[in-house]
Amino acid sequence: MKERARQVHRIIQPIRSLAQRFTYLGLIGAAFGAMLLGKADLVVLDRLRAHITDVVAPIFEAISGPIAFTASAVREIQYLSNLESENDRLREDNARLIGWQAVARHLEAENEALRGMLNFKTGPESSTVSARVIADTGGAFAHSLVLNAGSNDGVRKGSPVVTGDGLVGRVLSVGARSARVLLLTDLNSRTPVLVESTGTRAILAGDNSGRLKLIHLPSGAYVAVGDRIVTSGHGGVFPPRLPAGVVVSVDEAGIRVQPFADRSRLEYVRVIDVGLEEALRLPQLPIERKAVARQ
Amino acid sequence: MKSTFWQKLDLRARQLTPFATTALLVVLGGISLPIPGYVVIAPVLSMIAVYHWAIHRPDLLPAWAVFLAGLLQDAIGGTPFGVYALVFLTVWGIVVSQRPFLAGKPFALVWLGFVLIGPGAGLEAWILVSAYHLTLVDPEAVLFQAAATVGLFPPLAAAFLSWQRRALAPTEDA
Repeated sequence: MKERARQVHRIIQPIRSLAQRFTYLGLIGAAFGAMLLGKADLVVLDRLRAHITDVVAPIFEAISGPIAFTASAVREIQYLSNLESENDRLREDNARLIGWQAVARHLEAENEALRGMLNFKTGPESSTVSARVIADTGGAFAHSLVLNAGSNDGVRKGSPVVTGDGLVGRVLSVGARSARVLLLTDLNSRTPVLVESTGTRAILAGDNSGRLKLIHLPSGAYVAVGDRIVTSGHGGVFPPRLPAGVVVSVDEAGIRVQPFADRSRLEYVRVIDVGLEEALRLPQLPIERKAVARQ
Repeated sequence: MKSTFWQKLDLRARQLTPFATTALLVVLGGISLPIPGYVVIAPVLSMIAVYHWAIHRPDLLPAWAVFLAGLLQDAIGGTPFGVYALVFLTVWGIVVSQRPFLAGKPFALVWLGFVLIGPGAGLEAWILVSAYHLTLVDPEAVLFQAAATVGLFPPLAAAFLSWQRRALAPTEDA
């Protein structure tokens, strides 16, 4: 009996190891296949990612909550210990800001008057959704983060994501209760921008490092260190004049921009719903105007 | 009869832990700590699990489970689908073929093995992602990430070892 079992084992063992080897090679092939499918930009993979993120989102929420709480408690203690110097600084800031307030009031009134003269119409009102950052997978290969709000909360694909500091990125994919944000610094991120002081158009490109590149400037354009970069609103994805970053170096290697929003400090963000349909409806405008003219 | 059923269930649950810990580390790897600069060096925790279980219990973390863990890592981490599936399979394949040199060896030697394989896997991922996007990804961050992963190996691997000794009885071939 034992002898027979040994014989069976002797026959089965090579078959089993061959099958294991085939399985291994098959899985390697499947991994390459997945990459090729991804390169073909299949919507299915995008959805799969959104679904998986949706499933783990509650775990992210449960763990990131206490971490964020601890971090804010530590910050609170630091604030308390720096209260006196902080107060002095704020008093100085306040005095300075009162000056700015006067300037702003004056400009507002002037703007109002000029708009009245031009019969200027303000853009469509945008609404915002606030969300908490529950995961940032970090690392070298993808700059994206996960928010705890999804299509149930009104988040839509392509919407810009901002903090008080400035632009963070745009929504890449949306699940029912989570959404993935592509950061400005990601390799795949391209944002139409303006150099605020001169109005020069350019593209702000990420390259998976912490800083952004300013590319596709018109020849002869002048950019200096310290220039603010804001969104231009071209293409309709981002509303115009969202602050994106500041130029930190200009040399032969290119123009480098430091984003205003600090990735490691992101906790709450706002998703702006600019209504992309508005942008898509634009080409029909001349026809409507013609109809009006005929009347 | 009843007790054997529960014993079987208990054994099954214990045998699932290598895959469960790998998947758990994929998810935990997605949580960023609010430490300045952490997001840059965020270690690939799950790779430690793949390496450890490939040495000690490849029967409980077979190739298909490694493939699934890799796909999960890609889905959560935002890398193109297939990148980490391939990287994890490579790590698993190399480690399983080198088991005679790694299994049952002193902890420091096993760590040394990871010091070689961890950055190698980082390099593989870098090549794959660069080829996928047809551009060279900033290699600096890859180095930091590999260093952080290697640095976090001892505590995680020690935890796995202690769990393994307590809960997973050695099989005949292990």
